[in-house]
This record gives sequence, structure tokens and C-alpha cells, in this order.
Amino acid sequence: MRGGLSKTLALVGAAGLLAVSACGNSDNSGGGGGGNSSASKDVTVFTWWADGGEKAGLDGLVSVFGTACKDYKFVNSAVAGGAGSNAKQVLANDLQAGKPPSTFQAHAGAELKDYINAGQVDDVSQLYKDFGLDKAFPQNLIDNLTVDGKIYSIPANVHRANMVWVNPTVLKKASIDATKAPANVDAWIADLTKLKAAGVTAPLAISKGFAQEMLVEAVLLGELGPDKFKGLWDGKTDWAGGDVTAALNKYKTLLTFTNTDREAIDWPDALGYVNSGKAGYTLMGDWVAAQQLADKIPDSAYTYWPSPGTGEDFQFLSDSFTLPTNGADPDGAKCWLKTVGSAEGQKAFNTKKGSIPARSDADPADYPKYQQGAMADWKKDTIVPSCAHGAACTAGQNNDILSALSQFSGSPDVAKLQSALATAMKTN
Amino acid sequence: MHGRIRTWGPGALVLLPTVLLLGYFVYGLIAWSFNTSLTDRHTARKGPAQHVGFENYANLFSEDRFINSLKNLGVLTVVFIVGTLIFGLLWALLLEKGVPGESIFRSIYLFPMAISMIASGVVWGWLLNPSQGEDARGLNRLFEMLHLHFLENPWWTGGSRWTTMASIALPAVWQMSGYIMALFLAGFRGIPPELREAARVDGASEFKLYRHVLFPQLSPIALSALIILGHISLKLFDLIYAITGPNQFRTEVPAILMWNTLLRSDLAKASAIGIVMLAVVAVLVIPYLAWTVRQETEQ
Repeated sequence: MRGGLSKTLALVGAAGLLAVSACGNSDNSGGGGGGNSSASKDVTVFTWWADGGEKAGLDGLVSVFGTACKDYKFVNSAVAGGAGSNAKQVLANDLQAGKPPSTFQAHAGAELKDYINAGQVDDVSQLYKDFGLDKAFPQNLIDNLTVDGKIYSIPANVHRANMVWVNPTVLKKASIDATKAPANVDAWIADLTKLKAAGVTAPLAISKGFAQEMLVEAVLLGELGPDKFKGLWDGKTDWAGGDVTAALNKYKTLLTFTNTDREAIDWPDALGYVNSGKAGYTLMGDWVAAQQLADKIPDSAYTYWPSPGTGEDFQFLSDSFTLPTNGADPDGAKCWLKTVGSAEGQKAFNTKKGSIPARSDADPADYPKYQQGAMADWKKDTIVPSCAHGAACTAGQNNDILSALSQFSGSPDVAKLQSALATAMKTN
Repeated sequence: MHGRIRTWGPGALVLLPTVLLLGYFVYGLIAWSFNTSLTDRHTARKGPAQHVGFENYANLFSEDRFINSLKNLGVLTVVFIVGTLIFGLLWALLLEKGVPGESIFRSIYLFPMAISMIASGVVWGWLLNPSQGEDARGLNRLFEMLHLHFLENPWWTGGSRWTTMASIALPAVWQMSGYIMALFLAGFRGIPPELREAARVDGASEFKLYRHVLFPQLSPIALSALIILGHISLKLFDLIYAITGPNQFRTEVPAILMWNTLLRSDLAKASAIGIVMLAVVAVLVIPYLAWTVRQETEQ
């Protein structure tokens, strides 16, 4: 077995080397091109969009880029798998080796702090003015993206995290109105209790890792309100407060209504429990809408509303593109960023990916039903960030929180969770 | 003088590339990691870092998450080694008696070893689904169908460290027992038949034959098996990652914690975890190496 294990490791290592060397090569050719004016000007775009709607969205962006930036050539440098964690590892190697891609994908907001602290990305505030993005994006979003007066990325899309997806047929068993969200978390718990009494053993479907984090965040947001919720992430709200304890206790209660295999499944499985009628609700970001379309689930088979108590709040997350420090071809990268922020680019990307554009001047008629509603909410709701998806906290803080939540899922101890969350947000 | 170079020169020349490569890529980089672990390099930022002595180690050993990962590793190692040795020895004993179609059984037992840990981890992740009762899937479904309800359990999502880590050890035992069987089988085959005949002529029972004649001759093999299994267990990463994902407190071992720490660019802390892992493996391997060297010189 020594052979087997070392063979595995050798394969993994070789694959890693290949991936790294591939990126290195493309960067080299880009750098070489800079010295020779007649050579092609490659723009290496690093993402983790390798298949499905994400890939289709990227292709849409690329075709707009092809027309808008004729002088440059798009080079795809996508790394698949692990919801971006594989890609981030490869990217970290490239950045560490001083060979950044022309531009790379990152969650907008606090997650960028790791790159900012490491001096790996440049301030793009000037580009916001040059491209008119400071007018096109809602001020609320720009505030959420600004770190110490500077902005380090241009968002391509917006997703909403605080959404609950409901199966009305299941809710009928306990005569619950599926079209209206319960007024607050307590009312939701009351409904869940009714459903359980009506024979639905695990009425709230949930999956591992970030899905649990999203539920905690939704409960905290619903109980504390948007201002105190934002304060949790920027240090203005005390994690040790009694209101946080109360909210976490409600989260503990909610967990008792969930499926026992929650640590072993992913969000599409949890959604499957709702669609099949095994569960009544699941909380997940609005990429569920695109998934339901892809799975051909009819509109009548499900409803959705913002998680209880958060009807006026839009908990956002956003994929964005950066301008790496000492990148190979900054002018090409800027042209890519211009495409990403442009009205045509955002339309080409978002209609395919199932998200909504970050610009507030987009035409809702171009989008499917769910997105039309989300776009209206995006304009009027209070925008708050999501920690699970990098808008509110750094990768390190997120990692610590996920670890604490997996521990809580096994042995629910509210005091322990509360102090672990506080500690996580104190470190970087 | 010239003559002496002739005797050791060619040998040294042949060894030189290995010495250089190992010296740089293994020992050089160990030294590099150790040095990093003594600094405050907690971000990916380049430039000089401050030496902070053993602060990172002190922090590690006061961190719940790290202590938890060490305890998990301890339980995993014990269950894995004991389980693998028992099954390996059992299968070797069965095959050693000369069953018909021995080579077929040998292949069957050895096969799991040929599967990459990532692949078997993904499949075992499905088999170890924690749902029970009517919703049971994977192994629990099998127990449900066989009406062995008492065997259904939450596997690695359970509450106690022993059940969670034993569930992780299960696939590893399945995968490695064949290898240990092959080791023991080779050991049995290496014992001259005259010894067995002599024991039988002297009237030893089958049990006494194994207890006093055969097993004592297998002890060097058992020791090698122990060392090999021990260092596999201490470095186990891919299997756990594939079964439980990267952020599972209940099954986190130092190797996974190191990966998580690296992902957040905390180079100093990740190096410190790496050095602790190296020290734990060294505790196991160095006495073994010393012992083999002494044996060889005695011969």
C-alpha cells in the first residue's frame, strides 16, 4: 500500500505541478508579448467557472470582451472543483511566485482583505470613475465594497443569500400558507413544530458546511436587524451580547427540525428533499432558482421568500474581478474589467448564470421571473453582506466559523459556539 | 592516495545526485519549514519576517482545535493499526493453510490497495451515510434490509470521538488489510517446512505450533507492518478529506488542519503544524531505523 499511497500523492503532486506550470507558461507568454508589440496580447482570466451556468455566463462575458476589446485575446485559466477552494490554492501559488494572472475572480468584500494585506491587488477606485461605475452601482453596494477608502474589485453579479425555498404541498399538511413568510424566527419555529406534528419528521432540509453558516447568519440578521448584524462583522456589535445568545439558541432549536444526515449532503441534495416532499423548507442562496430551472421543476411546485424577519434586507454576495499588482498586461486586464462592469457584459453574464446584475440600470425584462423580483428588491432593500460567501469576513475567519459550526452540529453548546464565533472574528 | 579515491570515488559519484536531491528537497526544505515556523509570517506578504522563537508552537498547543485534531489522530491511529493487523493476520492465516483458489482470494484481498484513497473516500462517504431508519442509505440501508437495526449508527457524524474516528478508520482498514496479509503471508512462506515437520514429529498441537514456532519468527514483519501503518495513519489526509470535506471539526486531523491553515496563507502556523507532524512520525520511525541498523551490523 505504500506504493498505492505514494502513487496517489505523486499523481496529485504531478497534477498540481501541471496546473501551476500551465499557468506559469501562459503568464510567460503574456509577459513575452509585452516586450514585443506585434505579439498577441493575452489576457489571462483566472476563475473557478468551469461548467454549468457559470461556464455559460463566462462564455457570454468572453463574447462581449471579444467585440469590446479587439486588441486583446482572452485566455481561459479556470480551475475546476471544490467551489473555488482548488482554484484558490493554485492562485495562491501563482501569486506567491510573483506570476499573477492578468485578472482573477474573488468574492467581493472582506474576502479580498487577504490579498490586500499581502499586497497582491491594486486599488481600482479610479476605474470606477473612468467607467462611470460609481454612478451605475447602488451606493449601498459601493459602501460594502470599500476598504479604508479604496475599492479593490469590480463585481460581475449579485446573489441573494437570505432566501428560503418552500414546497407548498408539504406545508398544506399542516394548513400553512406557503406564499407568506412567517413574521419572525419564532413564528417559523411554530410552523415547523406544526409540520413535525403533522408527520414531517425533518421539515427543514439543510446540508453541510456553508449551508449551516447561512442559516445562522439568516437567524442573526432576522433577530438583530441589519445595522447590528453588519456590526457583527466590522466589530461594532458585541458577539458576547444577550441578543446574540438568544439568536443562537433559536438556531439550536431550528437544527432540531433538520435532517440527521446534514453533515453528509450538499445543498442540491437538501433542495432535492424539498422538491420530493420529504422536507418543507430549505434555506439557500438564490442560485437555487437557476438550479430549479435546470432541473425543470415547474414554478407552481415551489415558492420562496426572504428568511423570516429579513424581508427588508438583501443579504448579498458577489463575484468580482481584481487587478493584480504587477500583472502581465494591466491594459488588457483593465479592458476585461471594463467589460465586466459594462451593461452589456453584466447582461451577457447574468442572464446565463442566474444571478442579477450589480448595476441598477439593467432592464428586468431580459431576465427570468425570480431575477425580476430580486432586481426590484436590490433597488429598495437594505444591503447587508454575507460571511459564508466572503462579503463580510476573510477566508480565515470563515474557516474558523465553519469549524465551530460543524462542532456545534455534533454537540450543540451555545456558549461554546458564541465564544468561538467571537474569537474567529477577532483573528484574521 | 590515488588508490583510495579509486575505491570510494565511483560509489560517491553514483550517490551524489541522490544526496544533492534529498539534501535540498527533503532536508533543506524541512529546515526551511522549521525556520518559517519560528517566524511571524502569518500572511502571504513578502519581505522580512520577525523571528518569534517558539511562540507559534505555544499557541498551537493552547488551541482547542489543534488539541482536538491530535486526539482524533491518536484514536484513528490506534483503531487503524489494530484493525488492519487483526484482519491482515487473519486472512494470512486462512490463506496460509492452503485453500483452493488461493491466488484468487489473494487478489481479492489485495485489490482495495490499488484504489486511490480519494476514490475510495468518495465511495465510502456514500456508504457511511448517517441517515437511519426508513431513510437509511448506504451501509445503514443494508443493515435495515437485513433487520440488523442495532447496527445502524450515525458513523462519523456521531458524538463520541471513538465512533467518529473508528468510522474513518474503517475504510482505511479495508484498504490496507490486504497489504498486511501479503506481508504476513510472505513471512509464513519464508519459514522452512522442516521446522513445522520437526514440531509435529515432537507432538506439538496446531496451536502450540503457531504460538511457539511460527509467530516468533514473524515478529520482524509485524514490527515493519506497525511502522508502515503508523506512518500512513499519521499522514492520512486524502481519505478524510474525501469522506467528510475540509471543515469538519469532528474528524479533523493535523494534516487537514495544516491544509486549512495554508489556505488562509498563515505560513508560520502551517509550518509549525507540519513540524509537529514530522516529530510525531519521527518518534515512531527513528527507533525502528536504529533497531534495523543495529540488527544489520550484528549480522
